[in-house]
Amino acid sequence: MSADFLYGIEVVLNGLMAGVLYALVALGFVLIFKASGIFNFAQGVMALFAALTLVGIMEGQVPFAHLINAVFGTNIHHFGWQVPAILAIFLTVLVMIAFAWAVQHFVFRHLVGQEPIILFMATIGLAYFLEGVGDLMWGSSIRTLALGLPQGGSLWVEEMTNGLGGDDFYGFFIDKLDMVATLVALVLVAGLVAFAQYTKQGRAMRAVADDHQAALSVGISLSYIWVLVWSLAGIVALVAGVMWGAKSGVQFSLSLIALKALPVLMLGGFTSIPGAIVGGMIIGVGEKLFEYTIGAPYLGGATENWFAYMLALVFLVFRPQGLFGERIIERV
Amino acid sequence: MKMKTLAVMALAGSMTAGTAMADLVIPDLSYRTGPYAAGGVPFSDGYQDYFALLNARDGGIGGEPVRVIECETAYNTERGVECYEATKGEGALIYQPLSTGITYQLIPRTTADNIPLHTMGYGRTSAANGEVFNWVFNYPANYWDAASVAVNYLLDENGGSLDGKTIALVYHNSAYGKEPIRTLEDLSALHGFTLTQLAVDHPGQEQKSQWLQIRRERPDYVLMWGWGVMNQVAVQEAANIGFPMENFIGNWWAGAEHDVTPAGMAANGYKSLNMNPITDYPVLSEIQSLVHEAGNAAGDGSNLGSVLYVRGMYAAMLAAEAIANAQDIHGVADVTPAMVRDGMEALEITNARMTELGMEGIGPEFAVTCQNHGGTGQGLVQQWNASAGVWEPLTGFISPDASVIAPLIAEDSAAFAAESGITPGCL
Repeated sequence: MSADFLYGIEVVLNGLMAGVLYALVALGFVLIFKASGIFNFAQGVMALFAALTLVGIMEGQVPFAHLINAVFGTNIHHFGWQVPAILAIFLTVLVMIAFAWAVQHFVFRHLVGQEPIILFMATIGLAYFLEGVGDLMWGSSIRTLALGLPQGGSLWVEEMTNGLGGDDFYGFFIDKLDMVATLVALVLVAGLVAFAQYTKQGRAMRAVADDHQAALSVGISLSYIWVLVWSLAGIVALVAGVMWGAKSGVQFSLSLIALKALPVLMLGGFTSIPGAIVGGMIIGVGEKLFEYTIGAPYLGGATENWFAYMLALVFLVFRPQGLFGERIIERV
Repeated sequence: MKMKTLAVMALAGSMTAGTAMADLVIPDLSYRTGPYAAGGVPFSDGYQDYFALLNARDGGIGGEPVRVIECETAYNTERGVECYEATKGEGALIYQPLSTGITYQLIPRTTADNIPLHTMGYGRTSAANGEVFNWVFNYPANYWDAASVAVNYLLDENGGSLDGKTIALVYHNSAYGKEPIRTLEDLSALHGFTLTQLAVDHPGQEQKSQWLQIRRERPDYVLMWGWGVMNQVAVQEAANIGFPMENFIGNWWAGAEHDVTPAGMAANGYKSLNMNPITDYPVLSEIQSLVHEAGNAAGDGSNLGSVLYVRGMYAAMLAAEAIANAQDIHGVADVTPAMVRDGMEALEITNARMTELGMEGIGPEFAVTCQNHGGTGQGLVQQWNASAGVWEPLTGFISPDASVIAPLIAEDSAAFAAESGITPGCL
């Protein structure tokens, strides 16, 4: 096999795994939209906030230290202890659940029955508020995520495939972190699907997603389900924040990863959990293959961002609800 | 009663205004929030702390206290322009916006308002031609100088020849990132190396395609023009593909501590350009004792001595020296922006003066003239020592290739003059 062909396969493999990382962000959007019809503009900031909280807890940082020091004239920054990763993850999940409750209690409870655009605008406000709170709470410096996640290419894969394409082929490069992210995403999706299918709360969540009024009439608490869904989205945001934060450090640009999720949603549909994964992989492979075959050689490169949106647009033209979205049927 | 109250308020207002007018007003267009805060915070801390030191130690500059007005831009060009419009009426003497995007918007505004603009190592490179850009200064070095300094360093590393070598440029796909391309193309033709260009879209969180291409093509060296998250991801991706870190050189906006720490030990050996060697300058101890321990630090004190803190402090020192120069030239302490421009155009930074300021060797010696607002263009190469967690200077100050840079500056500034209807000349 020629080296060019093998490198094409390498691009596809890496595109698949990059797509899974996009899908991790998209999953949070899907969960909330499916259950409440809200397009959560704050999902990217939630990933940032969750990752910041995790690192802050692990490092034993005093939340709101700058504010406390400014008001009381103190000079405290750390408690002086380190929190083990497992405990810190558990505590971060609790923080995200508390956040979900606060969002429901203080914002969306008062907006029930409002137009979708009002709810969308509320999430824009929520995004900027949460970004500000994250800054005040944990500061704006870049943190290293010390979870022991593997980094670098897999030498085993590289050595096993090294001889496939002659001297010009150096073996497949597969990032170990991407492999971990793929496994985590698969477990997460399986867990979410199992939760939705086989638990009482999951069935209630699906009932609310299908028909709010009918769910209310059989005694399902809309408020409880929304808190549940925002909590799940918070946990998904934590996973996305950890995986992206492991690549770049935990920093405020993490909030921009939502931009990578939008074409995935357009393609996979706003209401399908498997759609987010498949959509992510199509976008990942599509943009990387385009960059490899056309973008870099003929267009000067940096085509991935716009090509992802163009690909999603093409899908939208033929299937407005996305690949896996629920079919839109309007009856007079 | 009402009239009396109003009269008292008017008197108090005029007294306050009088006090404010006597201060030397320095706006700090900072970014402490948003995706680029990690770079903005240490620069702003260093910038403000130096002026706080001058106030605490010397009573300001020439006996006039310095009043720093901080305005948050979040590295957003529109907000940067808003900050400029909001602060210029306070009697602002000089602007240093730390953003190429904001710089481009401020060039016509500051020129019209007769306020000097200093863009140290960023902004519009051809502003080095002071006969076209009377109110804009970019000493001691600019982007094109940086590209040439990097190539000169590589020439030195390769026995004076880069013939047959391949250099890949990984750049932020923006006006900033594209700045060195023309210079590197000319240098490529001159020295016989092959230049490969790899653009990375904003913000740069996903660079897999670019680094797979580097892994396939195996360039001898990679140069990087990055900022923000692009830098951290690039260093990590380079480590992931096993690219030799000692052959990976970032520009001076891709060489701070936070650019390398997320990658941990994998970043060891990564190199970058810098305008200032990182060392224990005596002035840092003075800032520690007179500013930080007095509770007047601009930030939480954790950035003292870091790469971008030192750069912010250096920028403040250059502004303070220009103001002092203006006071000497015009014989008044309470100088105007136009006088500060004169001070900048006659600025001379010597080793003796830097030593006197407790900053021995912090920058190159240079003298500004009407024709040359860009200084000597020198920079140095530093290397990250991951186990010690410090940037170590590898070289002294390296000069750029003026025979390549000067014609480019002349060409670009002439084009700007033609499209803007400017007749080149000195003020």
